[in-house]
Amino acid sequence: MITATGVSWRYGANPVIDGVSVTARPGRVLGLIGPNGSGKTTLLRLLYGALRSPTGSVTVDDSALPSLSAREAALRMAVVVQESGGETALTVAEMVLLGRGPHLSTFQRTGRADHEIAARCLARVGATHLGPRAFAGLSGGERQRVLIARALAQEATHLLLDEPTNHLDIRFQHEVLALVRGLGTCSIVVLHDLNLAARYCDDLVLLGAGGVAAAGPVDEVLDPAILEPVYGIGIKRLDLDGDLHLLFHPFAEEAREAEEAEEAQEAA
Amino acid sequence: MSTVLSDVREPDVLGVGAQRRRTSVWLVSLSAGLIVTAVVAVGTGAIAIDPLTVARILGHQLFGLGEVTWEPPQEAIVWQVRLPRVLLGMLVGGGLAVCGVALQAMVRNVLADPYLLGINSGASSGAAAAILFGAGAGFGQYALSTSAFLGALAASLLVFLIARSGGRITSIRLLLSGVAVGYALYATTSFLIFASGSAEGARSVMFWLLGSLGLARWDALLTVAAVVIGGTTLYLTVVGRRLDALAVGDETAHTLGINPDRFRVRLLVVVSLCVGVLVSASGSIGFVGLVVPHLARRLVGAPHVRVVPVAALLGAILLVWADVIARVLLAPQEIPIGIITALLGAPFLLVLIRRLHAGGIA
Repeated sequence: MITATGVSWRYGANPVIDGVSVTARPGRVLGLIGPNGSGKTTLLRLLYGALRSPTGSVTVDDSALPSLSAREAALRMAVVVQESGGETALTVAEMVLLGRGPHLSTFQRTGRADHEIAARCLARVGATHLGPRAFAGLSGGERQRVLIARALAQEATHLLLDEPTNHLDIRFQHEVLALVRGLGTCSIVVLHDLNLAARYCDDLVLLGAGGVAAAGPVDEVLDPAILEPVYGIGIKRLDLDGDLHLLFHPFAEEAREAEEAEEAQEAA
Repeated sequence: MSTVLSDVREPDVLGVGAQRRRTSVWLVSLSAGLIVTAVVAVGTGAIAIDPLTVARILGHQLFGLGEVTWEPPQEAIVWQVRLPRVLLGMLVGGGLAVCGVALQAMVRNVLADPYLLGINSGASSGAAAAILFGAGAGFGQYALSTSAFLGALAASLLVFLIARSGGRITSIRLLLSGVAVGYALYATTSFLIFASGSAEGARSVMFWLLGSLGLARWDALLTVAAVVIGGTTLYLTVVGRRLDALAVGDETAHTLGINPDRFRVRLLVVVSLCVGVLVSASGSIGFVGLVVPHLARRLVGAPHVRVVPVAALLGAILLVWADVIARVLLAPQEIPIGIITALLGAPFLLVLIRRLHAGGIA
């Protein structure tokens, strides 16, 4: 369980996150959603300690995050960040094995068990064949899958992902999120695609204008009446066979259509 | 995460075992190469001594083995003159190579070299002050080295303080402050040469700037160099996995349980000390610290646990050969070794860049 209470962050004089509280509960997938610049990534970075909030607190399984050593924190939270690491000359297999680092003492090298774990994690993201290749030579989507494999190999008790579906084709978007969901680990996922959030998250936190616009179970947060003012787009919700789908129609288009209808009426 | 080991796999599915065997083969071959290099280099010079005699003299001196079948002057040349020089060459070459590896990981730039931090410029200013104005005369025979080391220390402190002025030390800030301090101190050295008005002094400073192993003796400096460079190599090998993570990115290092800022500061202290010692012992010898890390990565891949020791051995071998060329090419005159390493290193670097391009890495 990860709990943030009243955390804040500002870039210059500009508060991005202002007194935000969120809770990721055990065994559930929490989605962070919100428009561009609403502070999703900043909030995630506050949660895993890359940023230290000047206010409030973050606790991981009842330990205050600042009281944990970097290594202890890495054993509790594996993170997939949006960092390309494009210049490295490491192979894919070596990249995934880095995830075993927090489990090893300074003088210990990776053993057979670590190699088996890394190989299995590569297989789970469908990237076994990439093992000997140079990480820098991969496509964006392949890199993303390898980074997810590294986070899995870390075998932490929490998994945090910053837009893990970036660069992935539609099939891998679903496969990766289904994989995260299937782990049964307490997970926090920053997502852009609300339909993916609807399908694979248990709870959602909707960020907007520096704070939490809505938080709760998916069904409650994905309400057009809540979403429309935050995103500034028209939203229609369909509940089909127990699944929730959102359809979008820009307000501008709506206004134009209304105008056209009016003109047509006048002409008649 | 709770994952279950289910399917049985072939051992070494990731090829890690094969890589480790490959690395071991290289380490053994390079160690053998280093010994051969040492024996040949000790035998080469104005008075040639055949390798067998060199080996016998060394065996006798080190382990008290064998009968004395050689002339006493031969023993003096081998033991008193050439061996310290070859040893210093190995230490400096190895030290430059491992510091280059560490700096390339720290600033995530394949063009980084040990002199990036302006340390050699500081040492040069110190050396110029000693040669031209007699600074550090109180240290007797160590006046030049001590003065150079103090200059190196001052330069690295300055770089450190400037890089830190923004709160935390980032790669780019380190790069920029290193370059800025380097230029400022280079100007200081030039000014000292200009102000002294001594042509002979200017020549000595120039010779020192281009690097030389001519100061090598059995003295405290050699011991200090051995301890510091050996310790640095050991440390960088032990923290190899952290260097891997740091080379990928700060955020990545953080999520893998490493505090990137603290680690960078530690590396900076270790590398500055090491470069300071080796520059004060030999002047600034370019290109070794830039080229050897690339060569080592080509041999054994990117993980630093493997790259650091291989780079140390390669650097040691290459520098000793460069010194042999420097001594022999225009004998009896000695060419500054920095000229040799630059002449050999530059085309080598160009070839590497072409290969990197072909491999899609750079």
